[in-house]
Amino acid sequence: MSTIVVLVKQVPDTNAKITVQGDRVDLSSVKMEMSPYDSFAIETALRHKEATGGTVTALTVGGSGTEKILKDAKAMGVDNIVRVWDDSWSELDSNGLQSVLKEAIQGLGANAVYCGKSAADTGAGSTGPGLAERLGWSNASNVIGVDFGDAVTVSMPVETGVAKITVPLPAVVSCDKGDFKPRKANVKGIMMAKKAKVELMSASAPAASVVVANHSMPAAKPAGKTFEGGSSASQVVQLLRDEANVI
Amino acid sequence: MTNKIVIAELTKGTVNASTAELVSAAQAMGGDITVVVPCTDASMAESVSSYDGVSKVIAVKSDIFSGSDSSGWASALDSATPSGTILCLATARSKDVASRLAARRGLSIVQDVVSIDGNNLTSPIYSGKANQTVTVNSDVVVSVRANVFPSVGSSSSNDVSVVDASGDVKTAVQEVMQRASARLDVSEANIIISGGRGMGSPANFTHLEAVADTIGAAVGASRAAVDTWDEIPHSMQVGQTGKTVNPNLYIAVGISGAIQHLAGMRSSKYIVAINKDADAPIFQHADYGIVATWEEALPAFQDALSSLLA
Ligand SMILES: Cc1cc2nc3c(=O)[nH]c(=O)nc-3n(C[C@H](O)[C@H](O)[C@H](O)COP(=O)(O)OP(=O)(O)OC[C@H]3O[C@@H](n4cnc5c(N)ncnc54)[C@H](O)[C@@H]3O)c2cc1C
Ligand SMILES: Nc1ncnc2c1ncn2[C@@H]1O[C@H](COP(=O)(O)O)[C@@H](O)[C@H]1O
Repeated sequence: MSTIVVLVKQVPDTNAKITVQGDRVDLSSVKMEMSPYDSFAIETALRHKEATGGTVTALTVGGSGTEKILKDAKAMGVDNIVRVWDDSWSELDSNGLQSVLKEAIQGLGANAVYCGKSAADTGAGSTGPGLAERLGWSNASNVIGVDFGDAVTVSMPVETGVAKITVPLPAVVSCDKGDFKPRKANVKGIMMAKKAKVELMSASAPAASVVVANHSMPAAKPAGKTFEGGSSASQVVQLLRDEANVI
Repeated sequence: MTNKIVIAELTKGTVNASTAELVSAAQAMGGDITVVVPCTDASMAESVSSYDGVSKVIAVKSDIFSGSDSSGWASALDSATPSGTILCLATARSKDVASRLAARRGLSIVQDVVSIDGNNLTSPIYSGKANQTVTVNSDVVVSVRANVFPSVGSSSSNDVSVVDASGDVKTAVQEVMQRASARLDVSEANIIISGGRGMGSPANFTHLEAVADTIGAAVGASRAAVDTWDEIPHSMQVGQTGKTVNPNLYIAVGISGAIQHLAGMRSSKYIVAINKDADAPIFQHADYGIVATWEEALPAFQDALSSLLA
């Protein structure tokens, strides 16, 4: 029996155009969704439960506007949905977020945590390994496949190929896109999700030591040079040597 | 201005030359710089002993560094690394180890930094669609992208102190399915040539491999190529649901330039696009665009490269 937690984060639709108003990104007209790798984490967590028995709880740290992704997780088949928040938190840095997650996960008595390899907004990949360290657990990152037994066995890329690695529980596993598709919600799941209650939790967060100063658009690239016809390739090779200095 | 500690990047058992970029990134933050070299043999720290701008080199010796367990790496490094702000390279393994190291010390972490101005650190967010600048007001752990900062020179002779370390290994490797080719992985290459659906068939990727072998590049692919052809593994996929790369040179062949592909490669220093459709979005991001079929352009490209590099 396993007590499994899967971490999900709400992020802007990855197809959306991002604009900056003043010195902050303006997300007011952007649709929000679950970060894409988190759906692979949910699929893996559900397979873990199916293999060993137990429960799966989807957990997000976010304000009241982030409950839709918990309902989406519920529709996919998780048992419980939890939102952790305190209105006094304005911006959590990674130390704050991981402290909060540690407290919540200990409160739930979990022994396996799945999360995305990186969130689509930060791209950081800090949460899985950082949380594992705080809990004193093992971890594996960029995982593309998992088998379940007394320990979980993960496949992940290493310098020379793909390694199969034994990860003893308790563990945090950060999921990449695997060779499988996350399951889709069915009608029954969607109906259950509508009625499901989001459990609220709080925790204590340390003061932030990293504060966002501003957002900006990336410097526009100077217009490139375009050539017609295959024979121009030799000119481009010369420019890569003389102008760009990269070969 | 607190001490800055640079963790040297190890690639296949040797110190990666990008470590010299980390030293100049540390200089941009200010403070006294120590380089910590994780190694299995102290001689691996030799290349670092000549770096300019460094006041101390510590070779941290442990068998743990021949493996991939991030808990082991972090605990062994922690035992020998002085306090201060820690900088490492933003590779998959180092980001993992750095996250653990930060958590161990109760510090915050700022990943994928591409610009530094004292205590202000800038990283791409939303897959590079915007930048975020943060101000750090105490010690933090920072991962820095390769190919962004200049390298420091190597005309010094720093003392190297050697420390034996042990750590807490939690996971065990059962087996490694070796990559079929000796070619580099996209996540570690300075030059990448990627093919998309426009390559027509997986067999045609041999033309990309030929170019790759001429210039020491890795071969990547778009998701359409990975999804359409079983022969093209997901490990080659560049993009939002594949790998994020930032090489010196990215050559996109038969790739339209969808936003999810751009998400994985738009921060490449130079981008070349070969596409038969002059309106393909990839051309808006290319430094050098070639409007032609790959059948026409690649042979000329290959010939020019071969004669240039001969
Ligand atoms: C959630 C999500 C995540 C995604 N993640 C990724 C990702 O990680 N990576 C990724 O790449 N995509 C990703 N995609 C898919 C992405 O939207 C595009 O569908 C994909 O990148 C298209 O691949 P392509 O450019 O190879 O194919 P196409 O769009 O089919 O383009 C083929 C191109 O080849 C050109 N061409 C055809 N024949 C020739 C020839 N003989 N010579 C030269 N050029 C030729 C055509 O003009 C065309 O521009 C994702 C999509 C979604 C929804
Ligand atoms: N606020 C959050 N709430 C819940 N899970 C999160 C949160 N932030 C990050 N995560 C999880 O950690 C993963 C990696 O995030 P990051 O470290 O920001 O790249 C995400 O894919 C989520 O699974």
